[in-house]
Amino acid sequence: MSRRDITAVLSFSIVAIFFIFGALMIHPFGAPDETGMDDNIITNAQTETGANNAVTSVVFDYRGLDTLGETTILFTAVAAIIMIFRRLNK
Amino acid sequence: MSGMSKIVKTISGIAFPFITIYGLYIIAHGHLTPGGGFQGGAIVASGCAMILVSYGSIWTMNRVREKNLSILESLGAVCFILLALLGLGFGTVFFNNFLVGTNSLFGVVPAVGSGLANINTGGVIPLMNFAVGLKVIVGLFGIVLVMAYASRTKEGKK
Repeated sequence: MSRRDITAVLSFSIVAIFFIFGALMIHPFGAPDETGMDDNIITNAQTETGANNAVTSVVFDYRGLDTLGETTILFTAVAAIIMIFRRLNK
Repeated sequence: MSGMSKIVKTISGIAFPFITIYGLYIIAHGHLTPGGGFQGGAIVASGCAMILVSYGSIWTMNRVREKNLSILESLGAVCFILLALLGLGFGTVFFNNFLVGTNSLFGVVPAVGSGLANINTGGVIPLMNFAVGLKVIVGLFGIVLVMAYASRTKEGKK
């Protein structure tokens, strides 16, 4: 085995150990450690945003900047693809 | 791509309005039912891609210019950012939901708890859904159309 193989195996094992510990120490499903923000959104979403769908109220109101980033990513992707293929069309 | 057989064209022409209406329904009811601008826009864009595949890229490109698609997509993005800036102007912060509680357009506050859905709620959320939906429809369809048209040119040159 060359030095490169040994390095690869070592780094892979270290990353795998981190993942295994992360999977073992995760909290049980449906029982998060901190519930303050969830309870706040569930109780106040209808009166604060007026939307019955709490997920949409999070996506477009509480986390609106996240959606702005998503649309920016989509816009950049479309602009780049149209730019590339417009040159191919000519 | 010069289009498929007459059977495929007829069937896709029949199915296209239903797919479009379903996608627009998901966009318009984004604040009440699961879904929203991104998901409904993807549905409408896939319906447009079906038309593109069955009728061919030359037929579609003659009717829908890519320049118009770029203008519409930019319009959706500008509307989205403008709504967020209006929250800064009329409300307190960026992305503030300034229409809630005004009892005007989309301004009705629903009753707390699970109840019947009223479409006239949500504040700026439905308007943002419309903007994002327009953007996703036109953006995804523009990508597919431009790629199909470019592959057509390559095959023609060979």
